Amino acid sequence: MSALEDLYREIILDHYRSPRNRGELESPPAVKAEGFNPLCGDEVIIYLSTKNGVIEDIKISGQGCSISQSSASMMSAAVRGKSFEQVRELIDYFKQMMSIHESHLDQSSGQESENTEITEKQLDLDNIGELAALQGVVKFPVRIKCATLAWNTLAQGLDESESTKQ
Amino acid sequence: MDNINYTTNTIKDGADPKLPSDDGNLLDVESIKQDFPILTRETAGGRIRYLDSASSSQKPVQVIQAMDDYYRSTHANVHRGVYRIAEEATHLYESARVAAGRLIGASHPGQEIVFTKNVTEAINLVAYTWGRANLSRGDVVLLSEIEHHANFVPWLMLAEEKGVELRYIPMGKDYNLDLTNIERLADGAKLMAVTAASNVLGSITNLRTVSAVAKAAGARLLVDGAQFVPHRLTDVKSIDADFYGYTGHKLLGPTGIGILYAKRELLEEMPPFLGGGEMIADVRLDGFSTTEIPWKFEAGTPPIAEAVGLHAAIDYLGKVGIDKIAKHERALTAYAVNKLEDHFGKDITVFGPKTGSDGDRAGVVSFKFADIHPHDVAQVLNEYDVCVRAGHHCAKPLMRCLQVPATTRASFYLYNDEQDVDALIHALDQVKKMFG
Ligand SMILES: Cc1ncc(COP(=O)(O)O)c(C=O)c1O
Repeated sequence: MSALEDLYREIILDHYRSPRNRGELESPPAVKAEGFNPLCGDEVIIYLSTKNGVIEDIKISGQGCSISQSSASMMSAAVRGKSFEQVRELIDYFKQMMSIHESHLDQSSGQESENTEITEKQLDLDNIGELAALQGVVKFPVRIKCATLAWNTLAQGLDESESTKQ
Repeated sequence: MDNINYTTNTIKDGADPKLPSDDGNLLDVESIKQDFPILTRETAGGRIRYLDSASSSQKPVQVIQAMDDYYRSTHANVHRGVYRIAEEATHLYESARVAAGRLIGASHPGQEIVFTKNVTEAINLVAYTWGRANLSRGDVVLLSEIEHHANFVPWLMLAEEKGVELRYIPMGKDYNLDLTNIERLADGAKLMAVTAASNVLGSITNLRTVSAVAKAAGARLLVDGAQFVPHRLTDVKSIDADFYGYTGHKLLGPTGIGILYAKRELLEEMPPFLGGGEMIADVRLDGFSTTEIPWKFEAGTPPIAEAVGLHAAIDYLGKVGIDKIAKHERALTAYAVNKLEDHFGKDITVFGPKTGSDGDRAGVVSFKFADIHPHDVAQVLNEYDVCVRAGHHCAKPLMRCLQVPATTRASFYLYNDEQDVDALIHALDQVKKMFG
């Protein structure tokens, strides 16, 4: 598989062409969180309807490149019905998957590092289903921000939801 | 340093750069490409198709060699040592200044050129020193909607700090600046700061008109020449510019050096910019005095090797002939726009003045492609070694005018040819297959 095919896997293009959970929720009561990627103008808006620490419903709007939008779409499918705790775990997990490249930057030689392999092994990719398809992004460092945009925005939404509940 | 007259198309013979022997009017692009190591590097797909010179140009071997030679044979700090290599370094640095001034027709190139890090710093220098000394609450600075952030943000900072009022010349339907109401907009302005050529649209500003209006309003004129000087003959006198900035790395030169031209009398009266060595006449425990222009504005060790590289780049352009380059780019831009529109029809929207119309147009082609995000377009193009820029091009206000979050941009320079454009079109076909 070429790096490009690895980036644009069929499942990613599928989510891009038919995004899941597209739309808006009335806010309030729903929590609304907005994220921007100032570099390329990607925009993700997340609406969360929560109850007893569980995401009951999620809607996504905004616009941007295939990576940012499909990542948001996959994320929405993955977190719906999950508890905040589970979701935060997933966010960490995802961001860890996306930060692998940083260990490359530490290598002055620019060679693949053994470190990378260890980190990749530590991540149990089977566990995260379709989201694993976004792994290919790691090979394109400038696109990592596109992939993580929705996730950072979701974390923001969770924070907001928790702070308003108190 | 030899004495090339940069404002006319003096062609010097010599081995490099290679000139076509038969038709003095055409660029021999294939020979020119041979001067640029990056462009002849072999890649899996053949060659790099570098269509991002509006962002930064590639460097000919003459520039690389000049900097390498400098470090191998001459380097020492400038304006200090009495030993020979220090004197030589100072001479090289100062003659680069003169070359950078002659390139744009400065009357006193040795005094009116300040070296900065890039054009962004050049504009910031003017805002920080001239702006803070001369502008106060309610004073008007007239910009345009199509500026690069480099010519927005320093003025927005001044607006925040001083309460200066900013006004904007709008973009017209033809993507050129709409100068219809410029006199009204300029009423009361103390400064007009506009780009000479848009890095997104390729539109070229009618600076004669803008200058006449500025002078009539009693406003100073600052021009951002980042996208103009590398591609067109420039003469600061003919437009009576007070300040004129450009940047070395877009002009075949190295990164790390920018050029600010300012009229001598303005530099004399402007307060200094950064403080430190080089810029002082005397320092006491209770104060300091500044040295003469232009050094008053160059605190610390300057970009010496970069100045040497810049000089080599200016020489290179002088030998090829900037007006020949302009002609070549105009033809290539027309070829590209026509071919893109013919081939992709409704799938493509080019944002920029029509080619072949009366006015001039720079070799910058921004477009929207079949609702596919520019990042995705550029990513697939990369697979075919076609290098284009995707994004907002540091012109977010303009993106809002165009009602797009970003565009894909191909831009041309002397080393591009029709094959590069054909490679772009072929790669765009693949983009459509993937996302269409
Ligand atoms: C019109 C214009 N102004 C200013 C700049 C900034 O140039 P630099 O980054 O070299 O300061 C650019 C280039 O990006 C430009 O195109």
